[in-house]
Amino acid sequence: MKNIIQCVLFSSAMVASAVAQAHSTWLLPSDTSKGNKGGWVAFDLTSSEEFFTFNGGAPKLGPIQVIAPDANTTEVQNIFEGKVRNSFEVEMTQQGTYKVFNTNSGLTARWETADGKRGFWPPRGAKADPAELATAVPKDAKNLEVTQASRRVETFVTVGAPTRESLKPTNQGLELVPVTHPNDLAASEASEFIFLMDGKPAVGAKIEVVEGGSRYRLSPAEQNYETDKNGRVKIQWKKTGMYWLGASYKDNKAAKPATGRSGSYSATFEVLAE
Amino acid sequence: MLKKITLACALLLSPLTYAAGLQISVEIPKLNVTEYHTPYTAVWLESTAEGDKKFTKTLAVWYADKKREGGGEKWLKDLRQWWRRDGRNLTFPVDGVSGATKLAGVHQLSFTQGAAPLGTLPKGDYVLFVEVAREGGGREVVRVPFTWPVEKPTSFKESGSAEVGAVTLDLNP
Repeated sequence: MKNIIQCVLFSSAMVASAVAQAHSTWLLPSDTSKGNKGGWVAFDLTSSEEFFTFNGGAPKLGPIQVIAPDANTTEVQNIFEGKVRNSFEVEMTQQGTYKVFNTNSGLTARWETADGKRGFWPPRGAKADPAELATAVPKDAKNLEVTQASRRVETFVTVGAPTRESLKPTNQGLELVPVTHPNDLAASEASEFIFLMDGKPAVGAKIEVVEGGSRYRLSPAEQNYETDKNGRVKIQWKKTGMYWLGASYKDNKAAKPATGRSGSYSATFEVLAE
Repeated sequence: MLKKITLACALLLSPLTYAAGLQISVEIPKLNVTEYHTPYTAVWLESTAEGDKKFTKTLAVWYADKKREGGGEKWLKDLRQWWRRDGRNLTFPVDGVSGATKLAGVHQLSFTQGAAPLGTLPKGDYVLFVEVAREGGGREVVRVPFTWPVEKPTSFKESGSAEVGAVTLDLNP
């Protein structure tokens, strides 16, 4: 029980900090495709304005999870938590696709007090305890909005040929379900993905796609998309390279005490030669 | 003794020249670089059909096959286009297909209709691909489109600009 509470506390802090920094969070693998023998892959997790340069601040390293090709979890090793980046390594010995991710969710609230001031919970930088929500909000608060916020950062690595066992959604928060395999993206071929919010199609989710190396371009040159009525989106890659994909979704179909749901998702993909 | 072997080889090889199939020559150029590693090379065929009719066949892969514990195998993915099309589905070494890297020069490959590793190539439009990737160097893909079968001996020639030299394809009916 204690662990669960700690987890929730930590998660809420992560959500709050992600909102506070306007930077985008990303998880960058050293390789997305390994030979049949597999081996070690290094990962960097951080947030910044530019992809993929380390000029922002590292978010606190939450629990990183790895789903191996056989759908079991695998251990993360050699964890390093720095100011600028968090790093870790994973030894990949199974044939197929690994999913590496960090996810969390929590409640946030904002309202107007009786004298017209704005209130919010949890206080900036503070840990959120869901049990405190009821007492934190004044009885005479107006326009109370309680948001169930979820966040997921992930990437994919394949040893040998791609497989799909590790790609199944958990039906919690905003998730990507690949139609095109995430380690089978090619320049000049469109890729199709489905976005789910708590397991249901995320209709009208905003998708942003940015190629790495933005430091060396005059404009960020992002592409913007929106998911259709089935939560589908088709991405047209322009050339080979590492890409960041960010998705965000909001609605008011939350379970009480929340009044709204919000989901944020980001993934790093490598687009290879056709 | 040497003469006998040469004669035996000539006798063995000569029928191939007339059998229906593909003769491919791949030139690995001589490069004047300080640290030279013989390149990894993949030679494969793809049909231009779409969907289920799409067909890919690896004909030759040259890599560091003698490295301890398959150490050379981990770099096969650097033949990026071939890796995505077929390489990642194969288990190495592949009998009659994979072998050691080749020195600079012109290398001959011969494939007979109906015999492994080509098998029976169905009627259709194809592209012959030669992809070369070199450690500490570049990567290049040369494409030779052709239609199979042919009515009379037909020849094609393409050339790379850096990592691949001349690629010739001779088709025998």
